[in-house]
Amino acid sequence: MTQTIVPDISFRAVSKRYGEVLAVDRVDLDLPKGSFVSLLGPSGCGKTTCLRMMAGFEQPSEGEVFIRGDNVTGVPAYKRPVNMVFQHYALFPHLNVADNVSYGLRQRSPKPPRETVAKAVDEALAMVRLQGYGQRRTWELSGGQQQRVALARALINRPAVLLLDEPLAALDRKLRHDMQIELQNLQRNVGITFLLVTHDQEEALSMSDRVCIMKDGRLVQTGTPRELYDEPVNGYVADFVGKSNFFAGIAGNARSGLIDVALADGMKATGRASRSTVSPQSGEAVLVSVRPEQIRLAAAATDLPNQVAFRAEAKVLNRIFLGEQTEYLVAHEKLGEFMVRSPRQGNQALAFEIGDKVAVGWPPDAALILAKD
Amino acid sequence: MRLYAVFIYIFLYAPIALIAFFSFNAGRYAMDWQGFSLDWYGKAFTNPIIIKALVTSLIIAGCTSIIATTVGTLCALGLERMRGSLRQLFDALIYIAIMVPGVVIGISTLIAFVTVFDAVNPALEAIGMARLQMGLWTVIAAHVLFNLAVVVLIIRTRLAGMDRSLVEASEDLYATPFATFRQVVLPALMPSILAGLLLSFTFSFEDFIIAFFVAGPNTTLPIYVFSSIRRGVTPEINAIGTTVLLTSLALLVLAQFLLRPSAKAR
Repeated sequence: MTQTIVPDISFRAVSKRYGEVLAVDRVDLDLPKGSFVSLLGPSGCGKTTCLRMMAGFEQPSEGEVFIRGDNVTGVPAYKRPVNMVFQHYALFPHLNVADNVSYGLRQRSPKPPRETVAKAVDEALAMVRLQGYGQRRTWELSGGQQQRVALARALINRPAVLLLDEPLAALDRKLRHDMQIELQNLQRNVGITFLLVTHDQEEALSMSDRVCIMKDGRLVQTGTPRELYDEPVNGYVADFVGKSNFFAGIAGNARSGLIDVALADGMKATGRASRSTVSPQSGEAVLVSVRPEQIRLAAAATDLPNQVAFRAEAKVLNRIFLGEQTEYLVAHEKLGEFMVRSPRQGNQALAFEIGDKVAVGWPPDAALILAKD
Repeated sequence: MRLYAVFIYIFLYAPIALIAFFSFNAGRYAMDWQGFSLDWYGKAFTNPIIIKALVTSLIIAGCTSIIATTVGTLCALGLERMRGSLRQLFDALIYIAIMVPGVVIGISTLIAFVTVFDAVNPALEAIGMARLQMGLWTVIAAHVLFNLAVVVLIIRTRLAGMDRSLVEASEDLYATPFATFRQVVLPALMPSILAGLLLSFTFSFEDFIIAFFVAGPNTTLPIYVFSSIRRGVTPEINAIGTTVLLTSLALLVLAQFLLRPSAKAR
């Protein structure tokens, strides 16, 4: 990501308007060479429009698109060195697997010799573990196999970037997990930059090196999965990436990296600012975000560890046994309900019963003081 | 099946079944069964007037179906790209072309041809060229008029059901718009194009009304059948009718087969 290496795709202040609707709003984006990047966001956030502008199916209303340093703004899809795996694969139904896979090669002029094409097809099918499937009809294949044909059809062209449009959405849960691992391995083996568009945060976090979170056509935050989880820029990201509890308050004074927040009814909490953004100003309306696994539970306040700063009394409303962890829904008189995840302690799987009074608390550095969005 | 339904089917199909039945009659008269024979088929297809009418009809139907299918397919592809009120206007015009009765098409095209001929012929004569007159080409022109609309509708239905992402996938794989049309769109449309070809051939081949108005001195097979009925129905006519019926049915079944839902899924 140093300046000397040209990114495979760059967006410079790209916007896309459909009539009155602003689908993509001044997005700046770089896909570093060889990276696995996810565009993550809820439906209608503009992520698919961004993908389509990379592929060349849509042209930006404003801004510029670069592929490997070349300005491709206005260049149609068939002249762009990127390939796409479509959500429903879009395999050509009248062609067999081999002819589907070789489609891109056969569009070149002059046409490569037949043997070269056949060899490349065999290699591409081997890469996705479909050796010997060349003569099959595409509709004879299972969903997972069709997906792999679509991958082979795109990768055979050695594109600058492989664009993946929700490629796992149509697969069942088990197959989806296998494909996630397979896609990661494939990306490491071929070294081609992958761009994955998804609304599934788990998918994005588990597969990619970098995640770009979008909301209402804007890029909210870009970072490694860990950065997004530990240092979200605002409440929206914290909520979208993993679960979190939010308590509204007003920021107070900052002292030695920690910020005091006045919560409802005169309660106070302390937390730290996210490293991804500037500290909230004193008097600003903020959210205190605490991950469920950061909250400690104990039978009495005196049982909580020493470093726990915030302490309160709460009542267990519900609990869900998750094996290694137990998830509690607890209610506090003034703060309302929130989620706690406790690791299993010894053989005592479920430490608290529904209706128990418990002491809750968290260390100051576990609480993030965030702007709302 | 309800009893009244049985009567409806008898009412609808008994006359047709009778024609087919009596075409195998050995006797001289249409409705007087004298025993089985294929004589009338032999007589019908050695009759030079009938052969000439058949050839005329085949030429008209052949030209009509090819022109209507080619232009209709291009028209459907063009309409698919149009947006807004202009498209609605053309959609409406296409439906009108199908709904207008044959008599109206016959009369209106006749008037149009005559008017154009009257306007153009003096000038053509002045420069020593042949006069325009009614002929096969006027029948073809009138037949193309309504068959075009049929083809457009068939192709439009298919285009609407076609997965847009296939076209995008082709463009994404470096195929130029024309290469995409040739390699992806055309194969997907092919069953519908063939069905349109067969349907317009059938409609043109069996049309009597429009041809009656604009055929001029030419005799198509339906016109021959109509005129010979005035001299009394002979088993010869029955034989022609049965042949035309079976051929049309075969083509319609083939067209239906090409348009079957599973073909669309492919």
